[in-house]
Amino acid sequence: MEKRVTFRGWLLPLVLIAPQVIISAVFFFYPAGQAVWQSLFIPDPFGLSSQFVGLGNFEFLLSDKFYRASFVTTAVFSTLVTLCSMIPALFLAVIADRLIKGSGVYRTLLIWPYAVAPAVAGVLWLFMFNTRVGVVSWYLGQLGYDWNHVLNGTEAMGLVVVASAWGRISYNFLFFFAALQSVPRSVIEAAAIDGARFWRRFFTIVLPLLSPTAFFLLVVNVVYAFFETFGVIHTITGGGPQQATTILVYKVFSDGFVGQDLGSSSAQSVILLIVVGLLTVIQFKYVEKRVHY
Amino acid sequence: MNKNLLGALAVTTALSPVAAMAQTEVQFWHAFTGRLGELVKAQVEEFNASQDEFVVVESHKGNYSETLNAGIAAFRAGEQPHILMVFEVGTATMMSAEGAIKPVYEVMAESGASFDPDAYIGAVKGYYTTTDGDMLSLPFNSSTPVLWVNRDAFEAAGVDPDTDLSTWENVGEVLDQLKAGGEDCPLVTAWQSWIHLENLSAYHDVPFASKDNGFAGLDTELMLNGPTQVAHLTAMGDWAKGGKFIYTGRRNEGGANFRAGECALFTESSAGYAGIKAEAEFDFDVRALPYWAGVISEPQNTIIGGASLWVMEGHDPEAYKGVGEFLSFLSSSGVQADWHQNTGYLPITAEAGVETRNAGFYEENPGTDIAVIQMTAKEPTANSKGLRLGSFDQIRGIIDEELEAVWSGEKTAQEAMDSAKERGDALLRRFESANQ
Repeated sequence: MEKRVTFRGWLLPLVLIAPQVIISAVFFFYPAGQAVWQSLFIPDPFGLSSQFVGLGNFEFLLSDKFYRASFVTTAVFSTLVTLCSMIPALFLAVIADRLIKGSGVYRTLLIWPYAVAPAVAGVLWLFMFNTRVGVVSWYLGQLGYDWNHVLNGTEAMGLVVVASAWGRISYNFLFFFAALQSVPRSVIEAAAIDGARFWRRFFTIVLPLLSPTAFFLLVVNVVYAFFETFGVIHTITGGGPQQATTILVYKVFSDGFVGQDLGSSSAQSVILLIVVGLLTVIQFKYVEKRVHY
Repeated sequence: MNKNLLGALAVTTALSPVAAMAQTEVQFWHAFTGRLGELVKAQVEEFNASQDEFVVVESHKGNYSETLNAGIAAFRAGEQPHILMVFEVGTATMMSAEGAIKPVYEVMAESGASFDPDAYIGAVKGYYTTTDGDMLSLPFNSSTPVLWVNRDAFEAAGVDPDTDLSTWENVGEVLDQLKAGGEDCPLVTAWQSWIHLENLSAYHDVPFASKDNGFAGLDTELMLNGPTQVAHLTAMGDWAKGGKFIYTGRRNEGGANFRAGECALFTESSAGYAGIKAEAEFDFDVRALPYWAGVISEPQNTIIGGASLWVMEGHDPEAYKGVGEFLSFLSSSGVQADWHQNTGYLPITAEAGVETRNAGFYEENPGTDIAVIQMTAKEPTANSKGLRLGSFDQIRGIIDEELEAVWSGEKTAQEAMDSAKERGDALLRRFESANQ
C-alpha cells in the first residue's frame, strides 16, 4: 500500500502549490504562449505593425535547407557533448573513488571548471586554438597539422564540443562520484571474493547501480547541449564556418536578435519546444525502462 | 586639498538638482568603447560645457548590433533614447520604421539649429538620404576601405615597396612575387563582404542589388552574382588556394596579423589608421583600394561603412531642440576635423576636409587623405551611392558563409554567389512583407 498524506479541504493544498504554479505560469506558460502567438505573425522590429501569416513562418523555415541542416548539426553536437562530458566524468569518478589518500584535493580540482561560465570557457578555448596566437594550434603546426577552425567545419565542431563538454565534466563527475559512494561495499566485496576482477565488477555491479544517476545526467546534459551552450558557440565560432556549428538555439538568437526577424525566431522557439518535449518523452518512455532503481 | 574637495562636493550636490531642473536632458546611445569611446565622451562634454540649456547624456550600449537591439527594445518599452547610433547595415531597418524615427531634416528644421545638408560629402550624405534628397539620419563615423602596405615585408621578400598597386592585376603579380620571396601571409582582409563585394561593386560601377541597390524600393533583389564580382572572388579563391590570401575570420581579425607585421598587404577600413599607427613596428603606407583595369578604366567611388545618428520619435519638442543643437555641434567643421584626424574616419563635411588640409595634417601623415580622395573623386552613381537592404546584417552573415566556402575550395565563386543570392533574396522578401 502506498502511503498518502491527505489534506482536509482545498485551501491549504492550493496555497502550498500556488508558488510553483505562479512561477510556471509567469516564467513558462506566458512566454511560451507568447512565442506560439507571435510565430503566426511577421512583425516589424519596432512593433509598429505586424502581418498575420498563419503557418507561413513555419513553412518558410522548413523549406530552408539550412534550417533543416541545423537539426542534424544540433543532433551531432548534443550527442557529442553528452558523450564527451559523461564518459570522462565517469572515468574520473571511478578513479577518484578508488583513491584512498588525497581524494578531497582531486575532487576539488575536478569541480573547478564548473565554476567557469560557458562564454568565458569559450574564450579560454578560443585562445588556445586561435589560428594565430593559440598555444595548441602552434604545437599542432609544429607537428605538421594545419589547424584552422575558421574555415574547417569539422575542426570548428570539435572545438565547440570540447569547450562545451569541458566544464560539464565537473558537474557529471560530482553526480557520478556521489553515486559511486553509495554503492554498497558488501556487494562489491562479495563479488571480489567470488573472483571478479575490477572491470568485471564495474560492468556487472557498479554500472547497473549507477544507471539512475546516468539517466538523470543524460536528460540534463542533452538539455544543456540544446540550450546552454549558446555562450560557447557565440564566442568561438558565431555559428560558422558556413553553418557548421549553428545549432537550433543559436539560430533562434541570430534570427531574432541580429536579424530582428521576430516571427521566424518565435516559430523556431516553438519548434524547439516541440523537439525537446518529444525528446524528453522518448527518454522517459524508453530509456528509463532500462534503468534499475 | 581635502577640504576643497569636500567643499566642491557640497556645492555640486547642492546645485545639481536645480541645474537638472533647468536643463533639458538628451539621451545619446552609442556603440563606442576604448579610444573612440573617450573621444565621443569628450565631444559630449565639450557640447555640455558650451551651453547651459541642454545636457547630453551619453551611454555605451554594446557593439553595433547590440546598440541597435537596445534601441529597438527600448522603443517597444517606451523608453527610447533621443539619439541612437545605428551602423550603416541597419539603415534600411531604421528607414522603414516610420513612427519610430524622426527624420533629421525635420528635427533640424523644427529646432532652428543651423543645418546645411549640402555641406556634407556626397558619398556620405547619399547613404542616409532619401531619393528625394531628405536627410534621415546624421552621418557620424564613416570610413571606406583602403589597401595597407607593410613596406618592410615587401623589402624582406625582395619586392619593391613602391610598386604600383593600383590594380588587382598588379596586386596579383606582386602576390606571386611575395610568395616566391618567402612571405607566408601576402594578403589578409577585414570585413570581406563589405570590401570584396559591396565596395567592389560600387568601385566598378556594377549593381550589388536591383532597384538602385535597394534605394528605390523594398522589392530589391541581390545582384552580387554578376560577372565582375564572380571574377574577383575567383581570383581571391585562387589566391587563397595558393596560400597568397590568408583568411582569418569574418570581422577584422586580420588586423592583428597585419599590425604584428606578419602580413604584407591588408585590405581594411581607413579607420584602421589609429590602431595601425599605434601598434605597427614597421614602415607602412596607405594606398587606394585596387580595381580591375580589365573591368573599368577608371574606378568609381567606394562606399562607406560606419554609423549614423538617428533621432527617435516620442519626445518633447523642447528636447528635440536640444537634439538639433547637439547634431549641429557635431557636424561643425572643428569637431569634424578633430574626429577625422584622431580616428581615420572621413570628415563628413567638405569644410572639415579643407580645414584638415590647411592645418597640414595630410603632409605630416601621408596617405590619410587617400580615403577622402577615393570617395570624393567622382560623383556617386546609382551603383555607388550605397546600399539600402533590409535584414542586411543577416545577409552579410550569409555572404560570409558562402565566401568561406569559396576560400576553402568547397564551392566555385559562381556557385557560392548564386546561393548567396537565393538565400539573401528570401530574407529580402520577408523584410518586404514585414514592412508593407
